Amino acid sequence: MTYKIAMKISPLARVLLLLTGILAAYQISAGIDGFGIVPIIAYTIGFGVLLVAGILLIIWGFEVLDSPVVVIVSTAIPLSLATGLVWQNLASLRTPYLILAIGGFLAVTLTRSLPTPGKIPTVVLAIVHGIAGMTIFLLPIIFSVQGKTHPMFSLVGVGGALIGLGGLSLSFLKAGKPILSKELILKILPVILFLMTLCFVVGFGYG
Amino acid sequence: MTTAQSSIKNRQSKIKYYWSLTKPLQTGLLLATGVAGYMSARCPISSIPTNLGLVISLFLSIAGSTVLNMWWDRDIDARMGRTQHRATSAGLVDGNEVLRVGLLLSVIGVGWAVAMDALYGLVVFAGLFFDVVVYSIWLKRRTCWSIVWGGISGAMPILAGRVLGLGSIDWIGLTLALGVLLWIPTHTLTFSMKFAKDYAAACVPTFPSTYGMEATRATIAISSVLAAIAMIVAGYGIGMEWGFLRLLGVLSAGLLMLAFAITFKPSERVNFGLFKYASVYMLAAMILVVLEVM
Repeated sequence: MTYKIAMKISPLARVLLLLTGILAAYQISAGIDGFGIVPIIAYTIGFGVLLVAGILLIIWGFEVLDSPVVVIVSTAIPLSLATGLVWQNLASLRTPYLILAIGGFLAVTLTRSLPTPGKIPTVVLAIVHGIAGMTIFLLPIIFSVQGKTHPMFSLVGVGGALIGLGGLSLSFLKAGKPILSKELILKILPVILFLMTLCFVVGFGYG
Repeated sequence: MTTAQSSIKNRQSKIKYYWSLTKPLQTGLLLATGVAGYMSARCPISSIPTNLGLVISLFLSIAGSTVLNMWWDRDIDARMGRTQHRATSAGLVDGNEVLRVGLLLSVIGVGWAVAMDALYGLVVFAGLFFDVVVYSIWLKRRTCWSIVWGGISGAMPILAGRVLGLGSIDWIGLTLALGVLLWIPTHTLTFSMKFAKDYAAACVPTFPSTYGMEATRATIAISSVLAAIAMIVAGYGIGMEWGFLRLLGVLSAGLLMLAFAITFKPSERVNFGLFKYASVYMLAAMILVVLEVM
């Protein structure tokens, strides 16, 4: 059984989503200039999904989260960000990670679009999100601690932790086993999205 | 309440009614396209008199034509639930006075535009003529294809702005205008689908009543796709930086996604979403053009 996510969106939430969209728009237009082609494409996809999702949340409200497409589209955010990070910082893993990202996205799309038995869709989603999430969380922090990048780059990792927190809360809510009340989750979701995007934008500025 | 207070209150109400007759949001968005068109020419934008002249002449012309439309359509507006509360259709303002105000605004707006630059004034006049005479008076009650002419008039402000900045009509100006023209059906057709019964009651032919909902949705989707392509091509022509083009591409992808959704998973909610998103898209595209030049 899954829960329907219906709750009126507050003016403050709209403002936060708008700010999230503006930050994502800034990152796409100016924050990734000078990167290689693959990271630019990857970050454009990641922040682009964030931007369009923010606009659609403002227009439709939280009901948009009920759509099964959301699970597929939202997978693109961590996967593309993680791919960009790996491409920029771990040259030896570029191709394997790119294959993993494309394969992971296809796996989530297929298991969510076609009739798939048992818990396979959930397992696939957990693996794909887990790998991408851990990459975004750990890579910037480890590199910052090792002194390979500016300490502020670790903010990307903080953003990764926030995206994981938001994703987990929503997943449990949609599965009908919320770890926090629905009202609280939907109340903090715009805050998480905004802080996460802010961390990414500032962190990538030092990456 | 004294006579003087009552007179002030009446005047305030009248200003409020007339302000609503100019459709401030729609006029504001068209004005924004005009300003963006002007700035897209990369002309010296620091000339305060020219900037002010552009904004005032365009505002007066657009507002004037909108008021004239309201005056002409007051009988059919009174028969539609969505529009029956408008000041013209509800009888809150005198019809002859509305006509005079609409004409006055239009004459001052177009006159100002002609005084600034003859070609600019001609394009502004063309917008007003297509909107009031061709779209409203001639075609709106006869054929659903009237929206094409309404669309052309809506595309005139951005072309006018570019013409004022450039001094001539070029392919970029025409492509920008085409982008706006193709974007307008996402608005008008979504409205005609949502308020199909209203339009039927008022005997106004629409795409849904003439060709059905499915064909209308397909038209919306196709025009959205073409609008996005036109805006990207125009952005490239203007010489937009890659970063802004990327952003325009992302916003266009959102538009395409919704066009896809409206075709294959149609619902009133998706229609409404596309309608709203298209407004955000156009406003964002105009902001990008302005930011590019600044």
